[in-house]
Amino acid sequence: MDMFNAIIQVLDSTIRLSVPLLLACLAGLYSERAGIFDIGLEGKMLVGAFAGAAAASVFHSAFIGLGMAILISVAFALVHGFASITHRGNQIVSGVAINFIAAGSTIMLGQAWFQQGGRTPALAPDERFGAIIWPGADALRGVPILGPIYSELISGHSVLVYVAFLAVPFTWWVLFRTRFGLRMRAVGENPAAVDTAGISVAWLRYRALICTGVLTGIAGAYLSMVQNGGFVKDMTAGKGYIALAALIFAKWKPVNAMFACLLFGFLDALSIRLQGTPLPLIGKVPVQLMQALPYILTVILLAGFIGKAIPPRAGGVPYVKER
Amino acid sequence: MAQAAIELIGINKSFGAVRANRDINLEIVRGTIHGIVGENGAGKSTLMSILYGFYQADSGEIRVGGQPASIKTPNDAIALGIGMVHQHFMLVDNFTVLENVILGAESDALLKRSITKARSELERLEREYGLEVDPDAIIEELPVGLQQRVEILKALYRGAEILILDEPTGVLTPAEADHLFRILKQLKEQGKTIVLITHKLREIMAITDTVSVMRQGTMVATRETRKTTVEELAELMVGRRVLLRVEKGEAEAGDVKLAVKNLTVKDSRGVTMVDDISFDVRAGEIVGIAGVAGNGQSEMLEAISGIRRAVSGSVMLDGKPIDLTGAADPGELRDRGLAHVPEDRHHVGLVLAFEENENSILGYHDDERYLKGPFLDIDAIRNDARDKITKYDIRPADCRLKTANFSGGNQQKIVLAREMEQDPGVLIVGQPTRGVDVGAIEFIHKRLIAMRDQGKAVLVVSVELDEIRSLSDRILVMFAGRIVGERGPEATEGELGLLMAGVERQEAAE
Repeated sequence: MDMFNAIIQVLDSTIRLSVPLLLACLAGLYSERAGIFDIGLEGKMLVGAFAGAAAASVFHSAFIGLGMAILISVAFALVHGFASITHRGNQIVSGVAINFIAAGSTIMLGQAWFQQGGRTPALAPDERFGAIIWPGADALRGVPILGPIYSELISGHSVLVYVAFLAVPFTWWVLFRTRFGLRMRAVGENPAAVDTAGISVAWLRYRALICTGVLTGIAGAYLSMVQNGGFVKDMTAGKGYIALAALIFAKWKPVNAMFACLLFGFLDALSIRLQGTPLPLIGKVPVQLMQALPYILTVILLAGFIGKAIPPRAGGVPYVKER
Repeated sequence: MAQAAIELIGINKSFGAVRANRDINLEIVRGTIHGIVGENGAGKSTLMSILYGFYQADSGEIRVGGQPASIKTPNDAIALGIGMVHQHFMLVDNFTVLENVILGAESDALLKRSITKARSELERLEREYGLEVDPDAIIEELPVGLQQRVEILKALYRGAEILILDEPTGVLTPAEADHLFRILKQLKEQGKTIVLITHKLREIMAITDTVSVMRQGTMVATRETRKTTVEELAELMVGRRVLLRVEKGEAEAGDVKLAVKNLTVKDSRGVTMVDDISFDVRAGEIVGIAGVAGNGQSEMLEAISGIRRAVSGSVMLDGKPIDLTGAADPGELRDRGLAHVPEDRHHVGLVLAFEENENSILGYHDDERYLKGPFLDIDAIRNDARDKITKYDIRPADCRLKTANFSGGNQQKIVLAREMEQDPGVLIVGQPTRGVDVGAIEFIHKRLIAMRDQGKAVLVVSVELDEIRSLSDRILVMFAGRIVGERGPEATEGELGLLMAGVERQEAAE
């Protein structure tokens, strides 16, 4: 039974840890499907996390915090759009610039506003998104097997967790069942086809980037208002890059993206769980190695275990009308 | 009374200092097929892009159906019933036919209804015009002929009454082109107006009612097709008399310079593309390989030039065998006197981002002539490039210009100059005049014959039957990876056509 509880706990933290990855991964999916590489997911998450925690602590409202996180993150997405769509700049350079600005400005503004070494004030419980307990979760806890699964895994998460997982089927539906999705996929493959069909390439790509900004904003809010009770400098810790890796691993498909992020989340959870625990046969594994596991996996997967991943064909290329 | 579907009045368009269209007047009569011919860069595509709302004219008026029209975007053109089939298909390769057809013409925010509607509409178009295509097929899995059909369907689905086709046969096999022409004639019978842009005069003669000729941005003439000739049109296009068939003397074939033995080649999917073929090319002769594209010619060329590994086979160069099944090295073949002008100059023959002089020595950059110690001798390279520019009449005559800025014909001349000036014993050329203007075709043909007369062995592979017939001293026909027949230059088009279609040798001879 201990073993079972341990597994449930690891899976529970898998879900919690995959949420920011999943949101960021879906965010990247919108942008890249529309043909805009976005290495700035990391930065947008970070400004989202900062803006969310800062606004929540000032206005004492989790929802105002979330709104501000989304707003600022979208603003950064639009900056990326302005550079790479309107001015046809290099998308990688623009993304990297956004990451730098995000890392620097959050610490600087945090220090200037709150004088806590770049942190935002610790959030009170009502300034955060608390756990939602599903009906009967406590009553069913005692039921063997199914009880813990229901009350631990399914119930008891913050609203943003459910938002993240509902975003998966929603994104699939948008991509493959709506006009916007069809056009967005088309513009990532062959913008000239979209242009000659009488649709604005730029406006379409901007809209995709707005979707990206909304999702990275939510991801940031999750980090600073659910996982943590406030903003800490560089709290994204490379999640934006892992999300990009997951996106490639998922071959730019929403449902695959969910499984890819769950896998990365699982490794993360496992590495936390196994810290200091001797493994059978191997013995005690250094903490650092366990912590490095998700990153090692990223490298291994990207190095060729995923088969051929074909990115959207117009990805990274600014659209210029042919002369 | 014939009514004008489209009138263009005084159209001007400049790109920077280049005047792409100057004071163009054109009237296209409803229910006709109107051809527009001109060399590459004459301004045909620009004019049509203005009509389709892709560019804005600097000045001038467009009238559609007698009414002045303002066409600012492709949407405006589509609304006026103008559809366009672009030279490079505007299709999303990994979408289905249906998805491509509805893109931009969806009926509402959700796709379901649009798809249902498009499916029944496609069935109707298939019935009416014989435009068969599987609506659920993925574009990239379709042959180019069918991809083009999807482009036509896209335009018809949007209610096009006027259909503009930009160089539609450039990518098609002769059979596919014939099929396209049948479809166009049928569309015309149904009252549609068709504008056909091409630089292939034979097509103009075969299918159009009226033809307009453009040269250097101006409209130089409009003729009724039945009252003009290929010669007249060629002269109008180029501005001087052109030899459509190069004159050449008898070949004086000497020793075997290139012998291909038992060559078998598979493509990347493992399909046998070249099936145990052998042939010789002698000094002082041009051997032409005819065949519909995709019958193994490309793979054969790649194997002989060392780019692709063969399953079996060798080439004898001047009596010395080179095994093609190992890691054949294009450089080694080149050193042994085999020069290769690849079929696809953009991907294999040139680095478009390089300057002209850099491309003019590509692959020969290790040659002592171009080196000064361990460094490239820039002066020597540029002087060498300037010589070639003069000798091959490459325009513009600027060896520092980026290669991408040369026209197709001049790019081809850059490759030809590079390979021919190495004075190779054997020259193999794939599609010598693909995408090349009439004037440049004449020049290239003359150079190839000059090579022959110098006693070189020349192997030409082309899908243009006219070209094969006018250049070759011997014609080999490839079908399904085999050589199915050999004929002299006097062979008729019909006879070769049957061989190309895979009709057995005996039947063809009857």
